[in-house]
Amino acid sequence: MQPEKTFSGFYLRIRYGVEFLFCKNAGNSLRNHICLAYYLGRPIDFLFGIFFEMILKPPLKDIKHIGYYLGKITIGVGFTCFVPFIMGLVFFKEAKPALDFLLSAEIALLCGLILTWACATDKELNWMQGMVVVSLSWLVAMALSAIPLYLSGHYKSFLDACFETMSGFTTTGLTLVQDLDHLSYSHNLWRHLGPFIGGQGIVIIALALFMKGSAGSFRMYVGEARDEKILPNVIHTARFIWLISIVYLIIGTFALGIVGILIGLKPQNAFFHGACIFMAGFDTAGFAPQSQNILYYHSQIFEIVTIVIIIFGSLNFNLHYQLWSGNRKELMRNIETRTFLLSVMFTFFIVTIGLSKLGVYPNALIMLRKGFFQLISGHTTTGYMTIYAQQFIREWGDLALTGIICAMALGGSACSTAGGIKMLRVGIIFKALKQDIKTLALPEHAIITQKFHHIKTIFLEDRQARAVLLITFAYITLYALGALVGVGCGYPALNSLFESTSAAANVGFSCGITDASMPAVLKVTYIVQMWAGRLEFMSVFALFGFIVALFKGK
Amino acid sequence: MLYAVLCVPYPAFSQSISSAELINNAKQYDGKLVVYEGEVIGDVMVRGEYAWVNVNDEKNAIGIWIKKDLVKDIFYTGSYKAKGDRIEITGKFNRVCVEHGGDLDIHAQSIIKLSSGSKISHAVTTKDINLALGLSCMVLLVYLLRARHLKKAS
Repeated sequence: MQPEKTFSGFYLRIRYGVEFLFCKNAGNSLRNHICLAYYLGRPIDFLFGIFFEMILKPPLKDIKHIGYYLGKITIGVGFTCFVPFIMGLVFFKEAKPALDFLLSAEIALLCGLILTWACATDKELNWMQGMVVVSLSWLVAMALSAIPLYLSGHYKSFLDACFETMSGFTTTGLTLVQDLDHLSYSHNLWRHLGPFIGGQGIVIIALALFMKGSAGSFRMYVGEARDEKILPNVIHTARFIWLISIVYLIIGTFALGIVGILIGLKPQNAFFHGACIFMAGFDTAGFAPQSQNILYYHSQIFEIVTIVIIIFGSLNFNLHYQLWSGNRKELMRNIETRTFLLSVMFTFFIVTIGLSKLGVYPNALIMLRKGFFQLISGHTTTGYMTIYAQQFIREWGDLALTGIICAMALGGSACSTAGGIKMLRVGIIFKALKQDIKTLALPEHAIITQKFHHIKTIFLEDRQARAVLLITFAYITLYALGALVGVGCGYPALNSLFESTSAAANVGFSCGITDASMPAVLKVTYIVQMWAGRLEFMSVFALFGFIVALFKGK
Repeated sequence: MLYAVLCVPYPAFSQSISSAELINNAKQYDGKLVVYEGEVIGDVMVRGEYAWVNVNDEKNAIGIWIKKDLVKDIFYTGSYKAKGDRIEITGKFNRVCVEHGGDLDIHAQSIIKLSSGSKISHAVTTKDINLALGLSCMVLLVYLLRARHLKKAS
């Protein structure tokens, strides 16, 4: 299929109608076009398609295809449970936690085997099925991975454990764990392994390990908010993402481990903390093995190494590939790194003004250390903190908090482990704005082109700007909706907006709202926000359309 | 029981103050002598003549900057396998510690060991083992049946 050629808006809207009225198999074709409409940034076509999609009932074979691939990913989740099981049994000598992981692995394997058996197929996934598999995979992974955490006894309810795993997989870092300082090594490892798996992508790991290269694989890859192929083959791309993540894991763990020993941690704890902090830092999640987060270490050098790791994690995997290939100039030429630098400077300026105005810190050096750490942690959507959550609200003041909210909302790079609107989109919006201003200022017959550099030089097209604006609009709506629910639950507006942005942009900062005692409706809202924000909406919309069609379609 | 006294002035707040109270009203307590108690958690991080001890009062943990000599008798620190020693600290509370890069901390002048920690045992029950074995058998059975079915189908 050549979407660029066949996808003319008016023609397609007519075609939707005709197919809907006269064709038996209108559903699949229509669903493919909905996804393409989103992918190509055609909001009207997308909404039009979703409207018809919700009327057409999906055939049984669609459900079977989805079930089969979902089963494969469930088996994958089951196998990952063996990592903390083996570590717990062999290295940490923690029999009870190891057993929790064995039980969870068995439940996941059982579900996966039954699904792949009952829904056996050798057919490829189409766009819609790929999207539904991805969005469902994240929910299934959340529920199955929550089992060992719930069995640990450190969560007040299964919903809290689900919140924790969704927070981990989506690299958010908001936590509802109770008495973290007494959690076992195995369960702590699992908490940090979640971001490492989810940051790279749950489906990416399945693609890299269990699947053959195919069009269906690419559809799932796109569904997981990874629309950039680093290498021509999607499987090679997935494997490359895992290769660099593991190489950095080894280097990062070693660096943090050595620093840990130097600052007084016991050697085994230093390397365990190093691995955990690396996994949650590189994957911009912000989980830490101790309740004080990074404040636990009381060390500037530890904070500096962590900053380097989180900045690396927030860079585009495509940019990592360029750097690995020796193309170092790309770092300074790329629109994302340039936008990131400008955005960090701008938001840090706001934070600095806010903190200075209130005299929160006695000197510039301390303000730089505290202010910049929280800012860069928020901007890269990591959420590591060197202050207490309550200090944000009680000491930082509205202006500094607004700077942090802006930084969180903008986020890191596309095709990275970071969340938020993303730097590529912010850069494109500014380029489009610049083009529009030029169009207004110059004579009517002048031909104005705008280009940007992202791996290669690209001429900005209207459809790119539209696609970017659509997703940006969706993010802003998500931030606002979460804030509204927070206000509805009785929390102040700024606090609600802060927490909502933190959840939807997958940051993990908390101003104190996220707590086991918060209303269940808010927990569910944040889970949905984290999930939709990580998947960048398309797969979630597709699942929504699919479910409505399943029950209401004809 | 350890009791170390180093010419400690009388604390402004003689009753133990919770971490939540200290963090939420940090400006009020800034620079004052306070009494804080809780369980020692994690590692005792020795830095030259001093050490960092993190003390958790079940709500939050606060970093305590303390002379190395005063931590000698801390035997158990809280982790999965142990309940840490419970100590009471008298020291200067800093909302933004200039000496430590702006951390919220307490510079201890004396500590009292209120109670000793202990090892925690986490026993595996027979019920758990039976459940794991039962599930293992089910996984194996489903795997074999599925493999047979798929072989027939192909």
